[in-house]
This record gives sequence, C-alpha cells and structure tokens, in this order.
Amino acid sequence: MPKSRNDKLQGTLTLLVLRTLASRGALHGYGLCEHIHTVSDELLQVEEGSLYPALHRMEQDGWIAAEWRVTNKGRSAKFYSITVRGQQQLAEEEATWDRLTRGVTRVLRYS
Amino acid sequence: MSWYRRWRNVFRPEALDDELERELQYHLAETVDRLTEGGMTEREALREARRRLGNYTLQKERTRAMDIAGWLDETRADLLYGLRQLRRNPGFATVAILSLALGIGANTAIFQLIDAIRLKALPVREPGQLVTIDFREGAARSGWWPTRDAVMTHPEWEEILRRQQSFSGLLAWSIARFNLTAGGEPRFAEGLYVSGGFFQELGVDAMLGRTFTAADDRAACTPSAVVSYAFWQREFGGDPGVLARTVSLDGHAIPVVGVTPPAFFGVEVGSRYDVAIPLCADRMMSEDGRGRAPQPATWWLSAMGRLKPGWTLQSADAHLRAISPAVMRATLPPTYQPELAKRYLANQLTAVAAGTGTSPLRAQYESPLLLLMAATGMVLLIACANLANLLLARSTVRAPEIAIRLAIGASRWRLIRQLLAESLLLAVTGAVLGAGLALGLSRALIAFLSTARNPVFVDISMDGRVLAFTAALSLLTCVLFGLLPAWRGTRLAPASAMRGGARGSTAGREQSALRRALLAGQVALSLVLLVGALLFVRSLHNLMTVDTGFQTEGLLSVSVDYTRGHYPVERREAVIRELRSRLAAVPGVQSAAQTSTVPLSGRGGWDNLVGIQGATPASGGRPAFLAEVSPGYFGTMRTRLIAGRDFDEHDNRTAPKVAIVNQAFAKQLYGAAQPIGRTFHLAADAGQAEPVFEIVGLVGNAKYASVKEEVQPVAFFPLGQRGEPGNRAWFVLRVSGPVGRCVGAVKETVLSLDPSMGVEWKPLSTELEESLLREKLLAVLSGAFGFLAALLATLGLYGVIAYMVARRRNEIGVRIALGADRMNVIRLVLREAFLLLGIGLPIGLVLSLWASRAAASMLYHLPAQDFVSLGAASGLLGVIAFIASYVPARKAAGLDPVDTLRGE
Repeated sequence: MPKSRNDKLQGTLTLLVLRTLASRGALHGYGLCEHIHTVSDELLQVEEGSLYPALHRMEQDGWIAAEWRVTNKGRSAKFYSITVRGQQQLAEEEATWDRLTRGVTRVLRYS
Repeated sequence: MSWYRRWRNVFRPEALDDELERELQYHLAETVDRLTEGGMTEREALREARRRLGNYTLQKERTRAMDIAGWLDETRADLLYGLRQLRRNPGFATVAILSLALGIGANTAIFQLIDAIRLKALPVREPGQLVTIDFREGAARSGWWPTRDAVMTHPEWEEILRRQQSFSGLLAWSIARFNLTAGGEPRFAEGLYVSGGFFQELGVDAMLGRTFTAADDRAACTPSAVVSYAFWQREFGGDPGVLARTVSLDGHAIPVVGVTPPAFFGVEVGSRYDVAIPLCADRMMSEDGRGRAPQPATWWLSAMGRLKPGWTLQSADAHLRAISPAVMRATLPPTYQPELAKRYLANQLTAVAAGTGTSPLRAQYESPLLLLMAATGMVLLIACANLANLLLARSTVRAPEIAIRLAIGASRWRLIRQLLAESLLLAVTGAVLGAGLALGLSRALIAFLSTARNPVFVDISMDGRVLAFTAALSLLTCVLFGLLPAWRGTRLAPASAMRGGARGSTAGREQSALRRALLAGQVALSLVLLVGALLFVRSLHNLMTVDTGFQTEGLLSVSVDYTRGHYPVERREAVIRELRSRLAAVPGVQSAAQTSTVPLSGRGGWDNLVGIQGATPASGGRPAFLAEVSPGYFGTMRTRLIAGRDFDEHDNRTAPKVAIVNQAFAKQLYGAAQPIGRTFHLAADAGQAEPVFEIVGLVGNAKYASVKEEVQPVAFFPLGQRGEPGNRAWFVLRVSGPVGRCVGAVKETVLSLDPSMGVEWKPLSTELEESLLREKLLAVLSGAFGFLAALLATLGLYGVIAYMVARRRNEIGVRIALGADRMNVIRLVLREAFLLLGIGLPIGLVLSLWASRAAASMLYHLPAQDFVSLGAASGLLGVIAFIASYVPARKAAGLDPVDTLRGE
C-alpha cells in the first residue's frame, strides 16, 4: 500500500498538527513528522516541504505558540505548543473531518 | 496581533532569516542523525535529508512568506531600490526634488493663506453657533462712518438686543486705535470697544484676572481694560503684576483687569486686537464728552449673536428680517429727508455665518489668492511634465534592464510599482522640503501685505488641513509625473528591447511622440502664466503711472493731533494757522497747506448731493465728493488752476460761501458752460436750509480717495468757512529734495509749538504704493511664477532637443558626410523646436484668453484680451525656444561625420 501523502486532502495537515500538539504537548517540527509517521503505523508521511510554511502560518494565526528550547541532545530547537485558540480550531476541524469522512464512507458503501 | 508581528518582521529581516535557518538546520540535523543510525554514511545521510526537505531555498522562502506582510515587504524593497537609483543619479534627483519643492511649496504657501483667512474657525467656544448681524444688500444708511466695516448704530444695537429671540446672547464691538504715547510721534494700539458680554458670549476666559461683565458696560462707566496676550508681553514684559497697573490710551490711564489667552486675536481675521475697553468708555474718550452712542446716524458697531439651541442660520435670518421694520422705525435718524427715511424704513437685517470670523482682508484678497493658487497649480503641472519627460528619457536608458526582468517573469504591475516607488520618494521629499519652504513663503507674503497703519496678523500655523493638502499634493504629483513613464517604460516587447533597439524601435518613436506632447502642453501652460504675469505687471504699471492730477513725488502729508492741548474751540483756528505758517518755514519745505482730506489715503472723505440752484432741488441732485482746503492747497499739490482764483484769507465765515470745483464737477452740473460765477447748493438734513455756494475757481481733475477710481466730481470749500475745527489737522507739504530729510525738522517744529501734540507723517508716494499692495502682490507673484514657468519650459525644451540630437547623431553624421552644411543641420534641429512651439502656442493662446477673463476684474485700464501681453508672451516663448534649441543645434552642426559613422 502506497504511503498516503497528506496533501491529497487539503487541510488535513492542520488537523494532524493541532491534534498531535494537543495530545503530546510541545514538539518541534521534526518531532511532529516522526510522531505522525509512527502513530499512523507509517501510513502517513508528512511532506516536509509543506510542514514549515504550515507551522509558521498557524503560529501567525495564533493557533500555536513557538518557543526556542534546548533538546536533550544539546541542540536548540523551535518547539510548538497549542494555544487556547488552537484548541477551538482543533474542535472545529475535528467536527469537519468527522462529517467529511462519514459522508465519504456512506457514499462508498452505497451500492 | 498577527498583523503586528508580520509588520514587525518586515523591519527585522536578518533576525527572521536567522531563525528560519536555525529551524530548518535543526530539522536536517535530526534527519541526518536518524539516517546515520540506520547505517548511512554522513554524506549520504545529508544528501537524503536535503532531498526529503525539497528545494531548500524555496522552502525557506515559502516559510518566510508566512511570517511577513508581503506587500509591505515588497514596498520596503521598492523604496530601498528607488533610493539607490536616486543616489546613483544625484543630478536628476536634485533637479526633480527642487522643482517639486518649489511647486509644492508655492502651492502650500498660498493654500496656507487661504486656509488662514477663509477656512480656519475662530479660536472661541463653538464658533459654528456664531452669527454676524448685517444689513441686507442695498440697505439705505447714510451718516458718519468713523470706522471701517462697521454695520450699525448704537440705537440699532440696543433695539436688536431688546427685540431678538433667536440668540442666547449678543456681542458688539467697534474697532479703534488708541495712542499709547503722551505726545510727539504716536505709537498706536489696536483697540476694541466691546459690549459687556463680548468675551463671555464668545466663550473666551481670561488667562489672568477677568474679562468684562455686563456691570462693566453700564451708563455709569468706570472703564477698565482687557489686554491681549501679545500686548501683555510687548508692553508689560509679561509682568504677572499687570493687574495692578494701568494702560494709557489717548491720555487716559485705564486699569488693566485681565489678559486673554494667546490664541485669541479678536473676531477679525487678518488683524489682532491689543486692548479692549467697554463700549460705554467711548463717551469718556470722545472729544465732546457725549460719545457716539446717542448719535442716531453714526455707524460704528458690528455685532454677532450666538444661536439658541434649536435655531439655525436660516431661522435666525428669518427672525431678524421679521423684526427689521420695528427696529428701523425705532431708530430712524430724525435728520433724514423723507425719501431717505422711506428707504431706511425698508432696510432689512440678515444673519451671516460667522464661525470663521469677519475679515476685510478676506474680501480683498480672496479672489487674488484663488487666482494665484491656480497659477501655482500650473507651475506644479509644468514641473510634473518636466519630470515625466526626464523619467521617460531615463526609462529609455533602462529599457534593457526592464526587458530582462519582464523576460524572466517579473509581472508588469510589480515593475510599475517599483518605478512608482521611486517617484513617490521624489514627491515626498519634495513635499517635505516644500512644506518647510511654504512656512517661510507665507510669512513673507504676510509681511508683504502688512503696513505700519494696517498691520496684518494671520495665524498661519500648520494645521491638519494644510498637512492633508500637502500630502494629497505630493501623491497627486507622484501619480502625475510617475505613472505615465512607468506605464510606458514597462510596455516593452522584451526581445526588441534587449536587442538594443534604442535606435528606430517603435517603442522609441512612440515615446518621442509622448515627450513632444508633454512639451507642447508645457509650452501652452507657460504661455498662460506669462500672459498672466504680463497682464498684472502692465496693470500695476498703468496704476503707477496714471495721472493723479497732482504731483505725488515730493509731497509729505502730516497729521497733527492736538487733543491733549485742550484748546478751546475759538483758539483752535489760530493754533492751526500758526502751525501752518511754521511748517511752511521748515527748511526744505516749499509750501504747506491744510486739507480735510488727504488724497489717496482713503480717509476723511465725504460726499453729498449737489444741484444747480433753481433747476433741481439738491435732495434729488447728483452725488459729488467734497473737501475743505486752505489757501495754497492747489499750488502745493501742483493741481492746475484752470480758471478763476484760489481761496484766500478773506474767504472766512463772514464772507459769502464760495467753492472751487474740478472739471468733472463742472461738466456734470453745467455741461460745457463756463462754471465760474455760477452757484450750486448742497443737500441738507431734514428741516434745514440748503447752503448755496458760488464757484470762484475751476481746477483740473485729480484722484480723490484712491488711485484706482475713475475721475470723480469734487467740490472744495475754504477751511475758513467751515464749522468748528476738530481736534486733528492734516497738512500737505511740498518738499524739495528727498522727502525723508525734513521729517525730523517737521516733527520738531510741531512739538516746539506744544510738546503734547501728536505728529504722524507719510510721503504721498508711500501712500500710493500701499494703496496698490494687492496689485503689487499679484504682479510680483505672477511675475515670479511666469519666470519659473519660463525657466522650466527652457529646461524641458533643452532636454528634449538635446535628446533628439543625441538619438539622431548618426543620421546627422550621414547628412554632413553627404554635404549638408552647418545651416542645414541647425535648421533641422530648430525645426523640431518650433514645431513644438507651433503646437503649444495656439493651445496656450486659447487658454490664456479664457483665463484672463477670470482676472479681468483685477486689471486696471487693460482689456482682458490684451494683445500686447499675448504677443509679448508668445514672442518671449519664441526666444526661449530658440535659445533652448540653438545650443544643441550648434553642437549637432559641429559633429565630425567620421566620428559618428565610425560609431556604426
């Protein structure tokens, strides 16, 4: 089965990032990639080229906040965490995603 | 706050870049770590990590775009680029900025004046509620008018106060001048008589002490003075103990009770009050001890009201009209003849919005200023056309660069924006310089309009309106001169432009056409400005050289105020005669005469109706101006005595009443008949006999009140036959040599008679010049603008012709090689210049004819279609075109054909 590229579904990336940050707390970009890759049983691979523009846009929109921290390897990295407005956005996006998948599923099951 | 961060990031590009770099590098480093753990070599791992991230630079750019306000960032880049371009062409930048600064500065200065005298609200509480009470146009009012621009008599003021219901309060004032010194050369304060509620109704509170209340303006008058901030600073040195001091006004010591704040200058825009005293003090200050208040036909007051809530200007106007008949009935002067009385009773009052104050300055200078504004606008347009031309020339130079950028994918809009950014820089810099220039210019203009007798005070601080005007002007100029070249400059076929098609490409030819059109427009506008300048200069010249009927040079007018001497009425005549003989004996003075009316000064004149005895009653007669003069007056003035005799000492109260008339008077009353020995009579107040005068002399026509007036009928009476002498006498002295040299002796002579006398003097030539200030202003400024326009047109023409010569270098080289001589080449180049002139001049002529109609009312003895001015202006432009093109033409003729052809 080919790996699903997130850009097939517009807006999924936002949802994935917000969900991950909500459950895992602060993470840097690389960590986000890893987490999504692992948790999805390697089904999802975040396209690295889209991740950083998306993160910066979400930061400017105030959904996530950024902070420079030193990792346990001694490197300094930019950590993102979800904000209150990000939580609201997440709830909305989850609801939208839910409606979408239910709708698509129903169409697919119709025969 | 995302917009804030995005804006901020625009101005910290390095820090932002650094952060992005670190974030992406971290990502790479972690990826490499994991890949090497999986067994890759470091080099392979790095390559793989980079591959996964994609195009690194693009990645960074895309991420950066999220952090930044894109348009702002681009604008910033455009401006920086523009700045670099300008720095690389300092000559162009200097010319551009200077011409814009001049244009914008002149515009702003004129606008500042218009703003100050027309638009600015009075510095009082809610000026929008203030309404001036005036008479409807065509009102019949006759009597004594002791001050300029007064509207009503005291009885009228009281009637209006009693009857009106539309105002919550009313205020009245009368302007005056008070002498501050105790004799000798007088020093004047600009005074105001004010009603008790004046300051309170205006809403002006004292900065120090108090203002007046109704208690100050009572019948039992104990006068006190409120002074302006400027006067307090000037006369009292800002003394905080001023409230314990007095101010001496015409010899009366009056205690100071208050100082008004600095912003308050009075209610008349264009002047500034120094001292205000209550209306009731007029009685004490007056000569007769009764004052002007009881007089029913003395017009000395102006009034304003503050609208009650719910009342509008219209409803107040209707209300004033409704109470008019009752007011007029109650205030009819008993001396009016029946016919005048009937017309007086029909007078109507009206309400005029007064939020911006009253202003004789406004009335006099409004249309000249608007006209000058149009002229400065044209100068700015010409400057813009010049700049557009220069930019077009530069865009030809920059064509290859722009073509390359278009070819590699720059959008045209983006390029236009970039080119406009450069123009904007020029415009804004020009506007900032111009605004500074304007402050100096408007101050200079006001100084120009100020005279010792009529000091002009105008608040010309920069306000929001002026700033908005200047900003709008700079944007407009930027669009005017920048957009067209930017539009044209980016409309290129990249291939042909890159081929180096500076020669012969279609775009180039189109551009030349555009540049020619701009230049023709410049020529047309310059012509309009030059014609305007010539018209006003010629009009001023007409006024300066008009035949006044007397010899202005060498005449000194001297005014002596002997109020302080307290001479009894019966002694005054002797004092004046003594003064006159002493003045005539001053070294350098050839003759001295006394007069009631100094010509051209516009003061002390009066008129009345006259009629031939027996033919028509004088009450229905013709108006004539009148004056009382001493013997020797006509000789001193050098006015020609055509027939009959001058007055002499025998023309006194016991002798028959006599008069000398001018030619216009004689012609009006008797036609071509000989007037000597005939009689006429003068209209008198109701119930009094009309006095009859025998004409003993005929003099040449002379100007009476103003040099601008047409010849008026004037009758002169001997001073020896008048009623009671007043407390002031005017003399005219005929002086040999420079007028200034004998003023010291004149002053001493007067003071030697009585040191308490006040003396003022003024050469009549100065009087003449001051009466022509408006015309001078127009002539000087329009002359300056015309000169500027001509200069800009010269620059523009030279630029275009020189550019054309440069472009056609090769062609000219070939022509010379084929045997064209110098004259042929010069003619070739000149033809281009005169073609432009041929297009621009007719357009300019039509515009000039149209524009000079607007100026017609401000011209003296000149038709609006003055062909001399039109011809001279066209000729001048022709000379300019010749000079501007002859220089490049000669250069072209001197080309070495071998050189140019080798360049092929």
